[in-house]
Amino acid sequence: MLTNCVILAEPQGGAVAPVALELATLARSLSEQVTAVIYDVDAQEAAKTLGSYGVTAIISLGSTDSHLPGVPVADAMREVVSTVGAQAVLVAQSYTGRDVLARLSVLLDAPVLTNAVMVREVDGAVVADNLVFGGEKVVSSKITAPVQLLAIRPKSIASEAAAVPANPAVTDASVSSNTKANRAVIVSSHVEERQGPKLDEAEIVVSGGRGLGSAENYRYVEELAGLLHGATGASRAIVDAGWVPYAYQVGQTGKTVKPNLYLAIGISGATQHMVGMKGAKNIIAINKDKDAPILQIADLGVVGDAQKLLPRLIEAIRQRVGA
Amino acid sequence: MRLTRAAKAILDDSDAYGVEIALRLAEAAGGAEVILVSMAPNQEVQGVRTGLAMGATSAVVISDPALAGADALTTAKVLASAAQRVGADLVIAATESTDGYTGTVPAQIAALLDWPALTFAKQIELRGAAVSIQRQTEDGYDVVEADLPAVVSVTAGVVEPRYPSFKGIMSAKSKPVEQLTLADLGLSVEIREQVVAVEDAEARAAGQIVEDDGSAETEIINYLAQIKVL
Ligand SMILES: Cc1cc2nc3c(=O)[nH]c(=O)nc-3n(C[C@H](O)[C@H](O)[C@H](O)COP(=O)(O)OP(=O)(O)OC[C@H]3O[C@@H](n4cnc5c(N)ncnc54)[C@H](O)[C@@H]3O)c2cc1C
Ligand SMILES: Cc1cc2nc3c(=O)[nH]c(=O)nc-3n(C[C@H](O)[C@H](O)[C@H](O)COP(=O)(O)OP(=O)(O)OC[C@H]3O[C@@H](n4cnc5c(N)ncnc54)[C@H](O)[C@@H]3O)c2cc1C
Repeated sequence: MLTNCVILAEPQGGAVAPVALELATLARSLSEQVTAVIYDVDAQEAAKTLGSYGVTAIISLGSTDSHLPGVPVADAMREVVSTVGAQAVLVAQSYTGRDVLARLSVLLDAPVLTNAVMVREVDGAVVADNLVFGGEKVVSSKITAPVQLLAIRPKSIASEAAAVPANPAVTDASVSSNTKANRAVIVSSHVEERQGPKLDEAEIVVSGGRGLGSAENYRYVEELAGLLHGATGASRAIVDAGWVPYAYQVGQTGKTVKPNLYLAIGISGATQHMVGMKGAKNIIAINKDKDAPILQIADLGVVGDAQKLLPRLIEAIRQRVGA
Repeated sequence: MRLTRAAKAILDDSDAYGVEIALRLAEAAGGAEVILVSMAPNQEVQGVRTGLAMGATSAVVISDPALAGADALTTAKVLASAAQRVGADLVIAATESTDGYTGTVPAQIAALLDWPALTFAKQIELRGAAVSIQRQTEDGYDVVEADLPAVVSVTAGVVEPRYPSFKGIMSAKSKPVEQLTLADLGLSVEIREQVVAVEDAEARAAGQIVEDDGSAETEIINYLAQIKVL
C-alpha cells in the first residue's frame, strides 16, 4: 500500500464531478491517505461527498477566477504533492485533467501514464493498464520516478462509497496567477442544451452514425431515445459533419459510456468508436453492411436499412408502451 | 518490453488539421512562415513531406536512437526545444495523436516554454498579437483568449484539410528539411516508461445476427423485453 496519494476532484456544475468519486474509490484501494484538491466548488459540501468515498484530506483552492485551470491548479498541486509527500497523483482523462497533468509533469519532471483503465500496486510500484490499438490489447506499464502521475479514463472504475466514511479536514490554499504561462482566460462559456439523461450516466444510449443518411434523420434517434428514456449519442463522423454537437460524441475522443443497453444505428464500428462503448452490457446494432465491425460485438445485430427499419421500430415500441 | 507500431511513419490524420489551420492563419496574417516540427525514427520524412506538399514552408525532423520508446514528456522536451530553435511565436498541435493519444504533449510543450496552452480548440482566430479559441468542454465550449506566444491544440474535424496539389507535391521535394539529433538540440533524455506486459483484451463475442426481411422490429422488441428494457 502507498502512504499518500493525491487526486484532482474537478468541478462539474458547482459540485465535484462524478469521475472524482471514481478516482477516490481507486485511490483509497492504493493508498492509506488520500488528499483531494478541489476548486470552484463549495468546500464543505465537497468534503462531505469526498469523505464518504474515503478521502482523508481536502485542499481547497477557492476560485480560479476565469483562468484556464491547467496552469494555476497544477502549480497548486505541485505544492500539495511536496507537502504531503505524495507517491501518486490521479486525475481524470478529461480536458482539465490532461491540462493539469501535463503541466504537473513538467513541474515535477516526471513522466505520465495516461488512458489508464486500471491501476494497481505491485511491490511498491504503481502499474497501470491501458487499452491500445482500439481496445484490442491491454498494455501494463510503470514509470520509474518518485511520483507516479496517472490519468484515468472516466467510467473505468465503478465508484463505491467507503465502508467507513472519513471526515476530511479542509485546508485552504490559494492559486497562483503570476506565472507567465497563466495568461489563458475564459472570456465566456456556452452550454449546448440537450434533453433527457446525461450521456455518460444513462442506462440506455441510442447512437446514430453516418448510416442515418442525413442530419434530418437524426430525429429517429431522438424519438427512439425518448421512448426508451435513454440518452442520444453519435459517432464522430456526424459530429464532424455538424449534424449534432460534440457533446453527443461517443468514443476515444468523446465520451465513454457504460449503459445497460447501447443501440448503434448506422455506425460502422471503427475502433475509436468502439473503445467508448464496448463496456455496454447489451449492444444492439443496425447496419446495412453485414461485414460492418460493429456487428462483431453486437449481442443482436440487424442487417438492414436503418432508414426503413427505424420508423417501423418506433411505431412498434409506441404501440407496446402505449405512448 | 516495447510496444512497436507496425505502421509506417506518415502524417497523423489528426495532424493534418493542425497543418491546415496553420496554413490558413499564416495566409490570413499575410504570409507568415509555417514550419513543421516532427520527431521520427530513422530520419523518416514522409510525414512532413505531406505537410510541405500542403503548403508549409519548411520542416525540422529530429531523429535519435536514444528517443526509441520516448514517453510524452520526452517528446515534448524535444519538440519544445525545436520550437524555440526555429523561433516560433505560435505552436499548433493536434489535441491527441491517433495511436499514443495521451493528449498531454501540447500542454507539456507549453509548460516547458512557460507559455499558455489553449487546448482542445474547435475554432481558432488570431487578433493581432492575441489568439482566441473556442475550447471544447464537457457540455459545450468556452471562448478562451491569450496573447502570443502560445500553444494551441486543435481537435480533429475543425477544418477540411486540403489535398496536396500536383504542384504542391512537386515543390515539396525541394523545400528545406533540417535533420537534427539530440546533440544538435543540446538535449539528453532518459526514458522512464517501462512496459511490463502486453495482453489481448477480452474480446466480446458476436451474438445473434438477423437480416431485416421487413419484420426485424419484432426481433428487437423481443430482445428489449428479454433484457427488461420493455
Ligand atoms: C484520433 C481519432 C479519434 C477518433 N475518435 C472517435 C470517437 O471518439 N468516436 C467516433 O465515433 N469516431 C472517432 N473517430 C472516427 C472513426 O475512426 C470513424 O471515422 C467514425 O467512427 C465513423 O463514423 P460512422 O460509423 O458514423 O461512419 P462510417 O464509417 O461512414 O459508417 C457508416 C456506417 O453506416 C452504414 N450504413 C450506411 N447506410 C446505412 C443505412 N441506410 N442503414 C444502416 N446502416 C447504414 C454503413 O454500412 C457503415 O457501416 C476518431 C478518429 C481518429 C483518427
Ligand atoms: C499505444 C501507446 C500508448 C502510449 N501511452 C503513453 C503514456 O501513457 N504515457 C506517455 O508518456 N507516453 C505514451 N506513449 C508514447 C507517446 O505516444 C509518445 O511519446 C508520442 O511521441 C507522443 O505522442 P502522444 O500520442 O502522447 O501525443 P499527444 O499528446 O496525444 O499528441 C498531441 C499532438 O502532439 C504532437 N506530437 C506528438 N508527438 C509528436 C512527434 N513525435 N512529432 C511531432 N508532433 C508530435 C502532434 O501534433 C500530436 O498530434 C504511448 C504510445 C503508444 C503507441
